[in-house]
Amino acid sequence: MSDRRKPTRGAYLVLAFPLAMLLIFFVAPFAIMIAYSFYRRIQGGFYEPAFDLASWKRLFEPVFLDRAAFSIGISLLAGAVCITVAFPFTFFLTRMRRRPHVALLILVLSALTLSEVIVGFAWSVLLGRAAGISNILVWLGLMDEPRAYQPGFMAVLLGLSYIAFPFCVLTLYPPLSRLDREITEAAQTLGASPWRTFRTVVVPIMRPTLVAGFLLVFVFTLGSYLIASILGRPQHWTLSVFISDQASFNANVPFAAAMAIFLTILSLVVVGIVMLIESRTRSAT
Amino acid sequence: MRVLRWTITAVVILFLVAPLLVVAIVSINQNRYMDFPPDGFSFHWYAELLNDPGWRNAITRSLVIAAGSSAIAVLIATPLAFVLRAYDIRLAPVFYALGILPFMLPPVISAIGAQVFWLSTGYFQRIENIIISHGIFFSTLPLVTISLAMDQMDRSLGEASQTLGANPRTTFRTITLPLLLPSIITGYAAAFVLSLNEYIIAFLVAGFAVETLPIKVFNSLRYGFTPTIAAVAVVFILIAATVFTMFAIFGSLLRFLGADPGVIDHDR
Amino acid sequence: MGARGGLKLQGLVKRFDDVTAVDGVDLELPPGQLISFLGPSGCGKTTLLRMIAGLEQPTEGRILIDDEDVTDQAPHIRDMGMVFQSLALFPHLTVAGNIGYSMRIRGVAKDRIRDRVHELLTLVSLEGLADRRISQLSGGQRQRVATARALALEPRLFLLDEPLSALDANLREQLQVELRLLQQKLGITTIMVTHDQREAMTMSDLVVVMNAGRIEQMGGPLDVYRRPATSFVARFIGTTNLLAGTRGSDGVLRVAGREFVVADEAAAGEVVISVRPEDAHLVLGDPPERNSLPGTVVFVRDLGEMFECYVDCGLDDNVVVAGSPRERVQVQQGERVTVSFPAEACVVVRAGDQA
Repeated sequence: MSDRRKPTRGAYLVLAFPLAMLLIFFVAPFAIMIAYSFYRRIQGGFYEPAFDLASWKRLFEPVFLDRAAFSIGISLLAGAVCITVAFPFTFFLTRMRRRPHVALLILVLSALTLSEVIVGFAWSVLLGRAAGISNILVWLGLMDEPRAYQPGFMAVLLGLSYIAFPFCVLTLYPPLSRLDREITEAAQTLGASPWRTFRTVVVPIMRPTLVAGFLLVFVFTLGSYLIASILGRPQHWTLSVFISDQASFNANVPFAAAMAIFLTILSLVVVGIVMLIESRTRSAT
Repeated sequence: MRVLRWTITAVVILFLVAPLLVVAIVSINQNRYMDFPPDGFSFHWYAELLNDPGWRNAITRSLVIAAGSSAIAVLIATPLAFVLRAYDIRLAPVFYALGILPFMLPPVISAIGAQVFWLSTGYFQRIENIIISHGIFFSTLPLVTISLAMDQMDRSLGEASQTLGANPRTTFRTITLPLLLPSIITGYAAAFVLSLNEYIIAFLVAGFAVETLPIKVFNSLRYGFTPTIAAVAVVFILIAATVFTMFAIFGSLLRFLGADPGVIDHDR
Repeated sequence: MGARGGLKLQGLVKRFDDVTAVDGVDLELPPGQLISFLGPSGCGKTTLLRMIAGLEQPTEGRILIDDEDVTDQAPHIRDMGMVFQSLALFPHLTVAGNIGYSMRIRGVAKDRIRDRVHELLTLVSLEGLADRRISQLSGGQRQRVATARALALEPRLFLLDEPLSALDANLREQLQVELRLLQQKLGITTIMVTHDQREAMTMSDLVVVMNAGRIEQMGGPLDVYRRPATSFVARFIGTTNLLAGTRGSDGVLRVAGREFVVADEAAAGEVVISVRPEDAHLVLGDPPERNSLPGTVVFVRDLGEMFECYVDCGLDDNVVVAGSPRERVQVQQGERVTVSFPAEACVVVRAGDQA
């Protein structure tokens, strides 16, 4: 059955406005940014139009490649952590009774409305020496003296996981909610323990969603700027921190532009690789 | 399995709640610095929010930006979502991807793009720049919610109105648009919240001239911390929690989040 | 006002990509009657209705209503009312809002709308429900609202796409009668699509039986039942026994070697005869010379108000004999009987059809 009508001239006209907006304020900026990456930097924080590969050459310095590898690594890790916790959590959530179900969802949504800077601040307190988790542990007698866990790698990882977690839950929620209860019940009547059912039935069915959630967290945390700069030392700073610093404080926009493009390509490559692995292993089963 | 279920749920609840608690406690702390156990309690940081013109202006600016940019986001997303779903357009997937892309890219990249764009126009460091850029980059949210609503809408409603004599424009005005209103509002609200909290685009585009709330918060953290920041956060959390709770009571929060229809009605 | 809504369909074809939904339909339908398009799912009946409504464009052919060519007219200009399978009631409007919609968008005065809505609600027995929300109505009530909405402006054509399919059996039968009485009262030309042949038989003045995009037969309900033109029609309407036979060069028709006499003497070569179960009889004792087949009783169903007896006569399917308890011949499973097929009940159907 034909689903949609043939477009009229009016339809194209209506479409013109959003497309024009996107072209002017989204596509054009990107084209300009690509051009800027080839500009030459002049003393005093300015730049002139040119075709200079200096910015691009700097990308291959070890300092920079090291930053890139670190960023990719920590984002992949954050993805793994989020999915590992969010998946069973959301699974149990969808099977809860209404009151706790709704209450937990409101909690997750409320965490979502916290801005990144507030999250960074809160975790810096929680992991700090003055009034954080370690203080509570000392007060409970489980530790001798308070310690600061921030700034540090774990702090950044925790912070990234925190901001990505609600998105992860909300992505997993619809498919898990729609997972037919009778499928898990059938598995159990066939003799599978709850754990076995989860492992051999639920996980395989949910695989595409899990991969999607993982990639979502990866891309999302890759772009995070504030968490890494608040909760991490310079060696924990991600590429995004570098890029924004170059763009603002160092006023080296060409280099920032080159890094930004590189980061985009890199994330697309990683996403592509993960999806390739997923489809390969899927056809093997 | 029981044990696992409760352990994970408890851990997650603790994990999610901890920062909220910290922020709440800091906001009512008597002293300027965070100490444990806290010294005394006071609400004067909240009063500070209202009295200090610096904070008041930052809040106002952010609200204005959020309201304006969300409107732009909806104005972009609604025609796009509607036309792409109602008509058979040849390049539809491309146009849809174009609408999704802004949100998919890491914000810092979008921020740089916006920054160089406005610089090259010669019209920069203005609040309008932020409003427009936010509008573009958050248009993905209403695009997704409205497209979803279009997909779920019964096609025969539009056909029925035509058999009753309504031409396509009247059908859109009296039938489609009213039914899309919930998803439009949701998209607006989502864009609003994100714009309110957005830092990097606002900073790179107009950060030196226009101090939005997130920029002020970040600056405060770096150059002199006050618990007023925490007060701001608590206010936002309370508003959000209230809105969601109202939604849950009067609307259908579960269905909105994509729950299976069968789940929604049972076990009330 | 002469009868409006006379419909002429000329050479209608509808193709979707590689599927031909409607494969050449020519039809002339009189005004003022209730006509059913009947057939299995996928036969093209809904596509045909949607083309009449203007919701699909024909690939070929023309549609004329009261001799006016409406083929290229957009749906909102055609003067008709349609009830959709999903009813398509506007969820954001009340009952009155739905029924008054077509008047509202034409700028009719508010009080005139209110009066007309009240009139229509009385017509469909839903007085007092004007301000209800759609979600508060039962299935039967929604159906009536959809009907009232379609009839608000007294259109010349009333189109129904499987209007009762969402209702449970009891409600269906009740609403079938109600809709039919309403149609007769208003004298409005009505076209109804259904896959339920009992529904078509109950309500229609004319039945158009469709299969694979073509019309198999058109006629009054009893005509189509008693004199099916093809074996498809014979099987689709009610149940029937199909007997395959051959008319040899000697002019004699034989089924399974037994001589048969039928009204249609001209039929030659491979012949298929349709005999309704209620027309066939069980015979004990001496078998009649012609129009009978011997067999073994396979199964007997005693349903109280009627009985059905399945007899294996060596054909592809078992022969079914049905009748009232009075006619019940005392036979048991496994017994040998003869089934007699009276000549006047034998209808020759065109044999070129799917088995």
